[in-house]
Amino acid sequence: MNADLIQRIATKLILPFIMLFALYVQFHGESSPGGGFQAGVIVAAAVILVSITFGQTVAKKIAPWGLIERMIPLGVLIFAGTGIVSLLNGANYLDYSVLAHDSVHGHEYGIIIVEIGVLITVAGAMIALFYAFVERGR
Amino acid sequence: MEAIINMALLTLLALVTVAIITQRSLIGVVILAGIYSFLMASVMIVLDAVDVALTEASVGAGISTVLLLGALHLTKTREIAIPRPKAGPILLSLVVGVALVWGGARIAALGDPNTAIHLHVGPYYLEHAVAETNVPNIVTAILADYRGFDTLGETTVIFTAGVGVLLLLKGLRRRGAGSDEAETNREEKMD
Repeated sequence: MNADLIQRIATKLILPFIMLFALYVQFHGESSPGGGFQAGVIVAAAVILVSITFGQTVAKKIAPWGLIERMIPLGVLIFAGTGIVSLLNGANYLDYSVLAHDSVHGHEYGIIIVEIGVLITVAGAMIALFYAFVERGR
Repeated sequence: MEAIINMALLTLLALVTVAIITQRSLIGVVILAGIYSFLMASVMIVLDAVDVALTEASVGAGISTVLLLGALHLTKTREIAIPRPKAGPILLSLVVGVALVWGGARIAALGDPNTAIHLHVGPYYLEHAVAETNVPNIVTAILADYRGFDTLGETTVIFTAGVGVLLLLKGLRRRGAGSDEAETNREEKMD
């Protein structure tokens, strides 16, 4: 794929900041607007930008089909698995109180863990959607 | 000041909506829908719903636009003109529009503290969320903790969408030029 020179250079410059912003939205989501869903979409946007600018072959080196296929169920498993861990520790499903030494920290860790699950599933599903359209068009 | 910003944003929203309806080029429609989402995100910021604004901007204006353009890549990009507007659909639209305006005039005023949503569990979350979860953004605390079941359900919806796409794609690939393995091999050679 022959993208415009300006587009290629700009993509290279802006890409690290997009990924950094995704991580910020993810891990600062407890204190500022954001969370797993938004961060997942931003991660997907970064991969889509690479695909549009440098082509599918380059994008697949970053996010191959095998990885995307595993990301989609992995996120749900992390989320649902957190609930199972609560159950095994004698609490209700998705009750994070028992995940740490005290209830408050348990809730904090629980929120961080399930947000990571949301991030993985959302990013995987969005990239899969984009790949599906692109590969259908070939 | 807020009233002026609101009026400007809502006027632009109405203009963009009319433009979407009258536009025949579907690429134009997709771009206008992206603009609509950005305006909507601005409205959400004025309403102090920053989390929703971030979602609207990233999903509505970002990913949706790209996916819809991808879909247009596979189809025609011009809407087929309807020869003559029919009376039935126009009447139905008018009835729904009048019903919405009639209903909208009767909902509680924006930010009225005496409505049901502000009297049920809302105050409990506002008072206890930070103490109970150590998470300063109450929206995140509610979504991931108090309403964890809902969010698990939402994530499962995304999962289902992703799996559905994968299944469709695999089916298409097998019916298409080559099998999965052949395609993978070809790509490896290209590398």
